[in-house]
Amino acid sequence: MTHTHANTECRKLLASLSEYVDGALDESICDVIEQHMGECERCEIVVDTLRKTVELYRSLAPAPPVPDDVRARLFARLELADLLKDIS
Amino acid sequence: MPERTLDAVYSLAALQKGDRTEFARLVDAYSAPIYRLALKIVGTPQDAEDVLQETFIKAYRNLSTFEGRSSFSTWLYRIASNEAFMSLRRRKPEAVSVDAEIETPDGEQEPVQIVDWCCLPEEELLTTESREYLDVAIDRLPATLRVVFLLRDIEGLSVRETAEALRISEAAVKTRLLRARLQLRERLSQYYGERIKEAA
Repeated sequence: MTHTHANTECRKLLASLSEYVDGALDESICDVIEQHMGECERCEIVVDTLRKTVELYRSLAPAPPVPDDVRARLFARLELADLLKDIS
Repeated sequence: MPERTLDAVYSLAALQKGDRTEFARLVDAYSAPIYRLALKIVGTPQDAEDVLQETFIKAYRNLSTFEGRSSFSTWLYRIASNEAFMSLRRRKPEAVSVDAEIETPDGEQEPVQIVDWCCLPEEELLTTESREYLDVAIDRLPATLRVVFLLRDIEGLSVRETAEALRISEAAVKTRLLRARLQLRERLSQYYGERIKEAA
């Protein structure tokens, strides 16, 4: 299914979506958005999938450790190689 | 938000006095996220390693001028972002700078893919293949949107911290973040929509 947001309300909603899923909007604005979503299934899907997109990325694992050889060269370049073992 | 693991306290006074052990601790704590950020911006391990090294060399040289008005992480991300964009420009001179004006009055690109894939079970949303796709989707973002998304949604900086790190306005961060998220949503909707069709 594809969707064109011809409706003015849909277009207005689009500009606020990111802040809405972050919970960064005033309650009164949230009320307007939620009322619109109750009447527009397509916008509701866009909001839900946008929220899920952000959640998925945020759920990814923390940064993996720097590869050992890269780490060793970094400490060598910074003239800290002698401390590498102490802080591991 | 992802858990913030970089809030350990480092002694600015010790760092500014040239305490090597304290600096080594700082490097050790921040090298992984800085390397990941660099890798996602510049795209190759060799260039990412150069960015990583230059970031900490510049940090060391400029410790004396660091006033602590922003956190260490924000300050390091700022240096790393600058280095990464300089690296990009060296390879691709046509690449835009981090502070390029991309805000236009035309509004946002409208969502096209309308598939409710939220219902997919978590194990299907995060298969090895899906994780690779999530990664590729980030790589396809324009660099100016990608860096904002990485700092805000992957590294967990606030809008204000992201703006400080990139030296752009909070309004610009919000606009770019929205665009990045909408583009990612489109790609993920297409990807997961196909998974739903295959399963049907």
